[in-house]
Amino acid sequence: MKMSKSGISSPRTPYLLLLPGIGFLFTFFIWPIANLAQTSTQTPVAGGDTGSYEQTLRWRNYIDAFVENKEQFGRSFLYASLATILALAIAYPLAYAIAFKAGKLKNVLLVLVVAPFFTSFLLRTIAWKQILGEQGFVVPTLRSLHIIAPSTTLTSSAFAVVAGMTYNFLPFMTLPLYASIDRIDPRTLEASGDLYANGFTTFRKVTFPLSLPGVVAGTLLTFIPAAGDYVNAAILGSPETKMIGNVIDSRFFKIVDYPTAAALSFTLMAAILVLVTVYIRKAGTEELV
Amino acid sequence: MADTSSIKGDLRLSNITKTYGDFTAVNDLSLTIPEGSFFALLGPSGCGKTTTLRMVAGLEEPTKGTISLGNTDITYTKPYQRPINTVFQNYALFPHLSIFENIAFGLRRRGIKDVKPQVEKALELVELSHLAGRKPTQLSGGQQQRIALARAIVNRPALLLLDEPLGALDLKLRRQMQIELKWIQKEVGLTFVHVTHDQEEAMTMADTIAVMNEGEIEQLGSPADLYDNPKTAFVANFLGQSNLIKGTISGNDGDNHIVDLFGQKISLAKNRSHAVDNSILAGIRPEKFRISRLETATSGNLLTGGKIEDVSYIGVSTQYQVLMPWGQELMVFEQNDDAVAPFSVGENVNISWESGFTFALRGDEDAEAGMEVEPEEIIDEDE
Amino acid sequence: MRKVSRWFQRNLIRIYAGVAFTYLLIPIAYTVAFSFNDGGKSNLIWKGFTFNNWLNPCGAPEVCTALGNSIKIGFLATTFATILGTMIAFAIGRHKFRGRSATNLLIFLPMATPEIVLGASLLSLFLTLKINPGFWPTVIAHVMFCISFVVVTVKARIASLDPRLEQAAMDLYANEVETFRRVTFPLVAPGIAGAALLAFSLSFDDFIITNFNSGTMTTFPKFVYVSAARGIPPQANVIGSSMFLIALVIVILGQIVGRKRAVK
Repeated sequence: MKMSKSGISSPRTPYLLLLPGIGFLFTFFIWPIANLAQTSTQTPVAGGDTGSYEQTLRWRNYIDAFVENKEQFGRSFLYASLATILALAIAYPLAYAIAFKAGKLKNVLLVLVVAPFFTSFLLRTIAWKQILGEQGFVVPTLRSLHIIAPSTTLTSSAFAVVAGMTYNFLPFMTLPLYASIDRIDPRTLEASGDLYANGFTTFRKVTFPLSLPGVVAGTLLTFIPAAGDYVNAAILGSPETKMIGNVIDSRFFKIVDYPTAAALSFTLMAAILVLVTVYIRKAGTEELV
Repeated sequence: MADTSSIKGDLRLSNITKTYGDFTAVNDLSLTIPEGSFFALLGPSGCGKTTTLRMVAGLEEPTKGTISLGNTDITYTKPYQRPINTVFQNYALFPHLSIFENIAFGLRRRGIKDVKPQVEKALELVELSHLAGRKPTQLSGGQQQRIALARAIVNRPALLLLDEPLGALDLKLRRQMQIELKWIQKEVGLTFVHVTHDQEEAMTMADTIAVMNEGEIEQLGSPADLYDNPKTAFVANFLGQSNLIKGTISGNDGDNHIVDLFGQKISLAKNRSHAVDNSILAGIRPEKFRISRLETATSGNLLTGGKIEDVSYIGVSTQYQVLMPWGQELMVFEQNDDAVAPFSVGENVNISWESGFTFALRGDEDAEAGMEVEPEEIIDEDE
Repeated sequence: MRKVSRWFQRNLIRIYAGVAFTYLLIPIAYTVAFSFNDGGKSNLIWKGFTFNNWLNPCGAPEVCTALGNSIKIGFLATTFATILGTMIAFAIGRHKFRGRSATNLLIFLPMATPEIVLGASLLSLFLTLKINPGFWPTVIAHVMFCISFVVVTVKARIASLDPRLEQAAMDLYANEVETFRRVTFPLVAPGIAGAALLAFSLSFDDFIITNFNSGTMTTFPKFVYVSAARGIPPQANVIGSSMFLIALVIVILGQIVGRKRAVK
């Protein structure tokens, strides 16, 4: 690495460092996205084979794709929102406990939080399917205690899909929350108590606003992958719980309808980007009360 | 929230003990702080003074004992239900709120609608009205300190606790803030309880000082009391410097004891002796000593046979180390205010002082207690 | 009574955390437990305890081929992503240059894009270029989505370095190269190691993007997904459990080493 005498490196150094990685991302991230955009307005070649398309700039592909799948779109955003809210509700007290109440156990508990990462998420999701399935012990127990009706199942339902997503993204929510709660000076919380704020007010006026960066990061890390997920829906759901990811997947592989799949992908990405931008604006500038 | 704003009166700690596992931070401490006073808890790091303060604030619960304010027991009251506010050690300003909102925080929590006049008055008091819109991180250390003070005072608490409030400031700013704090206390007329390891700070500001050591109070009194007539070697050494000389009470002379210090006789007022038997440590502050050449006449007590070992000139005074015949080095501070030529190393001299300045401690005390501690160097607190 | 309710109030959050941890760890316990199940091919119901699955982890058809592919892809993707990502992190963290915020945006975007879009777009590019999906397209896909995570992790480590350490090194007669080799790099190294571990675990566990770009080649997650319909063989549980144990050991060792260093 060549650097100049003054201790500040030559102006070329950063570009040399960036070139390979940025070049790679341009080739295998930007270009594919551009290519996908290009595919999204194609139409089938008249009389051609399955899977052969030509560029006709047919923007109606977007409208057709959306209208045809608006239910799945709605479901994706609904499930993802529910999973995000549930994960936040579960992860916040957990992160708070690790940051402020764990003492010497802090590191052990952090390892336990990331432990699910160490086993395949598919294995864990399938484990839930089997635990909550007809042959697991939960359903028969609940039935014999008359907590659920004999015909009710826990899997193959919207409940199972949302629960699976909540579970799978919980560490993504917990870690950023922990990072920002851990950074709070406990003396500011004491100061709040000293200044006549009870526990709940201290949380609302001091703890939560100070942990906001973690809340934003955690909800984004949960919401974005959840909105595009189709694995939980495929394993834990039923045809009635299909999400937009399932549609894109089947358009690509089963129906070989690349333009529709591309248009759907683009719509999903755009919708997420818009939502995320609005959300960051809102969380970043306005005081959440 | 229960209305506690009417609670007033003296703060009374009764037989307070606080233990963490095997460690006793505060040991059977009893203390009354009169309403309206400026009270200092002084002691080295780890002496239990911050723990005591936190129990008063409600941030810790005592293991044993009770705390009451006026006639109300507040031992287990939540911090937010006490009419007590704290200026925290590192200020603990809320980083996400403006200066105005920081100061208004307590008022708003108590349901006061129109906070503006009070906040503005508090800002005026600390002379920072122009910074109301800023965030805490945009302020200097000294400014943050004042805001922390304003944030507490604006609530007009029955008791204001200051936890090493000036510890993070540099020396010059600290001296300036000491005078201001004292002035503000008079101005607002609140009871201030001030925790510090800086003896000079405590003496400058407080009406009453409690010197703490190892979870107990060594001595309590006005700054002058503590300085002129310390009860223990710890207090004698922690508050300023002392020369402590081993001796025995050998006789009586009216209101005075006759004390034998390595064969030389001096006199000691009986009411300034804290000894329990004839064996004592005679104490004299270095500035009370006078050095004289052998031929010069002296008054009061006299010790002969000294030899100048070391001379340091420090402007207003000169500090001498004088080696005595029994091998002890005594410290003498001489004001540079007379025409006597300075003494030089190796000169043979006598030492004298007004006998009323002598104090006496128990002879079995460790003459070096409280000396190892270098108060100025301690920054971290005993948490 | 008052004591009980005070105890409960004080420990409420701990009790809650205990419940949350149980929720987090149940499927792992289940997976480990069923790796000892004498359940034959489907492994749906507990049939009896056996060590056979652990003694013969490749017993199910294709499971070890899939595992081998996953490990190979993981190592290659981790190596490339760590090198490229670390270089970018140093450029952003230690240099001022035009286009820095654009670079940051380019790093952020892949993380903000749903996996299905990443997978689909890359596949459509490969199809356009008439490249068949398979091993190398999968490696490329994995490098692509791992780079951002490496950059973010290493950048955080660089940002936490006290710049005075480097100034001190230069003050003590180390030139730029020596300063980098003897001070900067050793201090950033734990961050790079962490980033590499993260990249490997992301790559090893990835299903969606892999499914788009791997064609007929099978990986461990793909194997699990495909066999899910008829019940996954206990050998998959054995592999999942061992990966869990290995990762746990690595993390614990890392913590012990870190603590020893801190003590010294």
